[in-house]
Amino acid sequence: MAATQSEIPTAPAAAPAANPLFPLVLQLADTSLILAHRLSEWCGHGPVLEQDLALANIALDLLGEARSYYQYAAELEGQGRTEDDLAYLRSAVEYRNPLLVEQPNGDFAHTIVRQFLFDNFHYHLLKELQSGPDARLAAIAEKSVKEAAYHLKWSSEWLIRLGDGTPESRQHLDKAIATLWRFAGELTTPTALETNLQELGLLPEYAALLPAMQAHAAHVLAEATVPLPAAPFAQQGGKSGRHSEHLGYLLAELQYLQRTYPGLTW
Amino acid sequence: MVTTSSPAPTEARIWQLLEEVSDPEVPVLSILDLGIVRAVAVDGEHITVTITPTYSGCPAMSAIATDIRLRLLAEGYRQVTIHNQISPAWTTDWMSQAGRAKLEAYGIAPPIDGTASGHVLNLFGQDTAVRCPLCKSAHTHLVSQFGSTACKALYQCDDCREPFDYFKCHA
Ligand SMILES: [Zn+2]
Repeated sequence: MAATQSEIPTAPAAAPAANPLFPLVLQLADTSLILAHRLSEWCGHGPVLEQDLALANIALDLLGEARSYYQYAAELEGQGRTEDDLAYLRSAVEYRNPLLVEQPNGDFAHTIVRQFLFDNFHYHLLKELQSGPDARLAAIAEKSVKEAAYHLKWSSEWLIRLGDGTPESRQHLDKAIATLWRFAGELTTPTALETNLQELGLLPEYAALLPAMQAHAAHVLAEATVPLPAAPFAQQGGKSGRHSEHLGYLLAELQYLQRTYPGLTW
Repeated sequence: MVTTSSPAPTEARIWQLLEEVSDPEVPVLSILDLGIVRAVAVDGEHITVTITPTYSGCPAMSAIATDIRLRLLAEGYRQVTIHNQISPAWTTDWMSQAGRAKLEAYGIAPPIDGTASGHVLNLFGQDTAVRCPLCKSAHTHLVSQFGSTACKALYQCDDCREPFDYFKCHA
């Protein structure tokens, strides 16, 4: 028992002059991993078989993408930590995913709205990252953007079906939008780290992604007959390690196997 | 000097052997049909096979790497390195014509080039008219963009009513 409890991290060991890409790659990895885990919770619980499969497929794509990032992050850090150490053996405050992706699944409409907000950002970000100056990051983005396009189409179609569907589906969608839209702002609000990387030219300016994201959202919402939601404020903190209580419960399940049987590999 | 029972490997021989390794998820295709083997290099007894994943999370990739090792081991080739290369990203353009014909005969509609999902506003399957692999009718509809594996979508034929898999264009 004592051995496992001693894993409470000491302050992340000072890693001076570490590659500035390391925290960014880790943030991208955490984001895809946490959302993949949330989506995997649907496995066996989807509303119909085809959509159960779709949710599992998207989870798998994101997990594969996360793995590519974690492997790269481990190399960038160069401190001997592996992809598994990074994915499984950090505490909640060390995760850098935005709050949106750790939000619970809720009902199907809730999952769709969360996915739509994420996909709309993810797809447009990867589109830019694939022509970025870092070859490895560009290669991962080039691979993942093709998958992200399918994800965005899927969540867009479902948002339209639910919005322009029955009064019942519309009620669920409206509730999900009211709950989740406030988490969208964090995705495109740069942290100090992101601003620094943007100045170095290693990360696209989020402001430059917004026109395409807004155009896509406007088109889909119009098809769904849903008025463009107002976003009075942006709920943020996840990218700086300030998470909702949901992440702790999620990690308890995600990390259970690795902490119980240390050294298992993917 | 140790002599081995098998002849020294040649690149041509290795390519031949790789033709006998099938995709575990679509066993009618060899990994060469699928277009995931990017290079073979032979240096003395040492063989390096470079493969590229189809989809990021494709669980078949580690099975394929194992199958390659086992096939080469069966010929006595023990020094094998499998190199995973993600760029340039795999595309269905690399699927062989023979592979496409095998897919359709097997009941899976082959990818239609130029229909990759780059246009995120082409919703509800408007962009892809897929031919039924059973009755060859063009009257089909998309059931789900995500099928039994990451590389396939689910369609149904409006004429013969057969539900079938479509190997998605990925370019
Ligand atoms: Zn038919």
